[in-house]
Amino acid sequence: MSTLNYDSVNEITEFFTRKAQPDDATRNAHIFKLDRRQFLKLTGIAGGGLMLGFALSRARAHADHVDFNPNGYIKIDSEGITLYAPNPEIGQGVKTSLPMIVAEELDVDWAEIRVVQSEINPALYVQQFAGGSTAIPAYYTPLRQAGATARAMLVQAAADQWSVSPSTLSTELSQVLHAGTGQKFSYQELASVAATLPVPSPESVRLKDPKQFRLLGTRITGVDNEALVRGEPLFGIDVSLPDLKYAIYQKCPAIGGTVQSANIEEIKKMPGVVDAFALEGTGNGNDLFPGVAIIANSTWEAFQAKRALKVEWDETNASKDSWSAARKEAARLAQEPATQIANNGDFDAAMSTSTATSSGFYQYHFVSHAPLEPQNCTAHYKGDSLELWAPTQTPSWAIPTAARLTGMETSQVTLHQMRCGGGFGRRLYNDFLFEAAAIARRSKSPIKLQWTREDDVRYDLFRAGGFHQMDGCVDENGKVTGWRNRFITFAPGGRPASSMNGGVFPGGMVDNLRVEQTALDWAYRCAAWRAPNANVFAFVVQSFLDELSHAAQRDSLEVLLEVLGEPRSVGGGRRGRGMHTGRAANVVKLAAEKAGWGKELPKNSGMGVAFYYSHAGHIAIVAEVSVGGEENAVTNRSGENVIRRKLKVDNVTVASDVGPIINLSGAENQVEGSVIDALSTMMDLSITFENGRAEQTNFDKYRILRASVSPAVEAHFIDTGEHSPTGLGEPVFPPLAPAVGNAIFAACGHRVRTLPISEEGFYLG
Amino acid sequence: MKINVNGTTHDLGEINPRTPLLWVLRDHLSLVGTKYGCGISQCGACTVLLNGEAMKSCLYPVSAVRDAQVTTIEGVAAKDGTLTRLQQAWIDLDVAQCGYCQAGQLISAEALLRKNPTPTDDEIYAAMDPNLCRCGTYIRIHNAIKRVADENKSGQNGG
Repeated sequence: MSTLNYDSVNEITEFFTRKAQPDDATRNAHIFKLDRRQFLKLTGIAGGGLMLGFALSRARAHADHVDFNPNGYIKIDSEGITLYAPNPEIGQGVKTSLPMIVAEELDVDWAEIRVVQSEINPALYVQQFAGGSTAIPAYYTPLRQAGATARAMLVQAAADQWSVSPSTLSTELSQVLHAGTGQKFSYQELASVAATLPVPSPESVRLKDPKQFRLLGTRITGVDNEALVRGEPLFGIDVSLPDLKYAIYQKCPAIGGTVQSANIEEIKKMPGVVDAFALEGTGNGNDLFPGVAIIANSTWEAFQAKRALKVEWDETNASKDSWSAARKEAARLAQEPATQIANNGDFDAAMSTSTATSSGFYQYHFVSHAPLEPQNCTAHYKGDSLELWAPTQTPSWAIPTAARLTGMETSQVTLHQMRCGGGFGRRLYNDFLFEAAAIARRSKSPIKLQWTREDDVRYDLFRAGGFHQMDGCVDENGKVTGWRNRFITFAPGGRPASSMNGGVFPGGMVDNLRVEQTALDWAYRCAAWRAPNANVFAFVVQSFLDELSHAAQRDSLEVLLEVLGEPRSVGGGRRGRGMHTGRAANVVKLAAEKAGWGKELPKNSGMGVAFYYSHAGHIAIVAEVSVGGEENAVTNRSGENVIRRKLKVDNVTVASDVGPIINLSGAENQVEGSVIDALSTMMDLSITFENGRAEQTNFDKYRILRASVSPAVEAHFIDTGEHSPTGLGEPVFPPLAPAVGNAIFAACGHRVRTLPISEEGFYLG
Repeated sequence: MKINVNGTTHDLGEINPRTPLLWVLRDHLSLVGTKYGCGISQCGACTVLLNGEAMKSCLYPVSAVRDAQVTTIEGVAAKDGTLTRLQQAWIDLDVAQCGYCQAGQLISAEALLRKNPTPTDDEIYAAMDPNLCRCGTYIRIHNAIKRVADENKSGQNGG
């Protein structure tokens, strides 16, 4: 059993993972559960502001030339109209889409406004984190109210000037218009007057009928795009300060090892090195591991010193993790009953009276997040204050720990939110920021801590590997009647890295369903990775459903629709956010229709369909692939001989129901990107561990997919007008792998049951 | 040591000649548009133009660029700030997600179009495969290059 303490890692992961899968009404009590209020208490965040959901400040009313600043999202002054983007931008597009919601109700000219990243202030903003695909659903109504409130005040200001009723006025392109006289005021002209008016309560203002939307649902290019193509500094890594020094932090290559001795005096004499020292670490896996810090005059000199650094590690309590040993153990456990998590109907009876059965051992490797911007943080410790510049997904949660590590009050810590060069869940965890704070405490100058790519891959909070022994059956009508999912996960720090529940597909849709779970001891941190749990569960359950369709000698699409059944809510779900089989069937049918399901295909080509519900999104994917002939035998990572086969993913058709679309361009980009990320991950991404060490630490061995093998992607959206919008950063990822896997089977009769599928010989060409 | 970047000569003083160009640009010249991604020439985030050719700067010693013209992402637009058609295509087609790789992508695309103003799909893939995008914006990158290539083909905007 690992002696590492990962409580805070697990709490954050649990918070975001809970959003990924439907609730199980019969969820077992032993599964760790934490509601939002408890979470805030645990992490020491002042609860008030975050819980309020919407906090309007009073307009600052005084004489001439005042800013109109009715809430945290809008400022109108002599400079123009500024909208504040409250949340971290990690590539999901919220720096554009959230201000669009404000702009829609405020009726401003999008071409004229300026968007600025807001300060981190829990009292002013709904939730300043990027995770769980929650920004759009959490902010949609509050931002509409914020825009409508400001608009109402500007209209009132104009009405007062013209001595007319506000109801005679309209707004358009940052102007208030009086149709009767043709007079108009710009918002800027009205700002000083509007600032003297009382702020109405957000509930009292009238919101637009969505049919009147002019901006939402259109294609808007990202607000930072011009700065990006000019190469302007936006990211955490771009921070520059007077007298800035550059730091690295060397931890034990087997996680959990401690520093016994190091050639620190030698390192200090190296060119450009300013200081070097060991840090003890706190024993908490989300803040500070033991290691050696080096501070230098440039990043390169710091990297050179890191290469010359020789540390004797005490690995007594360090990771001994071995992937090959874990695989062996999992294969053994797959044959034994495990703890029952859910047991509906009578699985054994269904199996004994079935017409056909299927059985398969599924497995997936660990993967690292590997956002392209390696972890970094700039920190300036000034004795009585700490200033941080960080590309983080959870800025407000970082502050209490940074304060604790440097002996400060939270009020003494300021954090500047920087654009993130990718997130994927990695930057929910602020270990890099805490290291920077601890190093800065020992430095007179501000420091920028830079992780190397190798640090970034190796000290990730991994998506855990896992194993599923799947068994199921169909009756004489070819209907799926029995389903057992025996899940073997990993337990870093003693707690399962991911958890099954009875709501996982096809929970609530198959009569006789049993879910079992067991966990292997593990030392490495595992955590939320884009679409946590769903990103691998979807592969297992949607591939296995396809196996049962073939066992029943039926069409996969027909069986999937039959399993979904009558339109209804299944698997529980909070606040009406659960899975609905009607919405599911609609996306499945749309994807099938658009892809031309059932059409004549060339020999060695095939189509596969998969559906998954996660993060409140209903998504179906149809993939069309072609598979080449059998080539030479090669040895895979696991030492097995496999036959190489070339795979080409010709077309991917995605149908999504995430309610109304905010930014159509951003939404299409998320669909395309999720498909490519999911294909990249399923093809060849794997971190294996031996002797307590990760065996892949850079892009030479951790091979992200490249442009020439990207598939064509078609994105379709369903909006019935009945649902409010939900997030799209994650839910498209999960159904891609099973759609491709099922298509491979249709093309060549080979069932892939391992991620990455390069383990079974497939490569993209 | 002196180097020429974006048409300006910079005196680097007594710099270690083995320092990779990437870190000279970022730490010494504050040209931070060129990004660090892997340090082993695998991801392309650090791509710059060296005498008009795409070159990964993370392993390239600064001493090797003494007599060369280096162009970084900051030097792609015209001196008066006017964006190139390629940069404009990147904006119009909303290519970026996180945006971290995009400077390197744009530089590789710029190098391709300078050599070959009307590349085929396969020529675009060959030129762009050295550049990783972790967010998977390859389709849009391709379309942005294609748009400029198509304009060049039909002789619009003077090539």
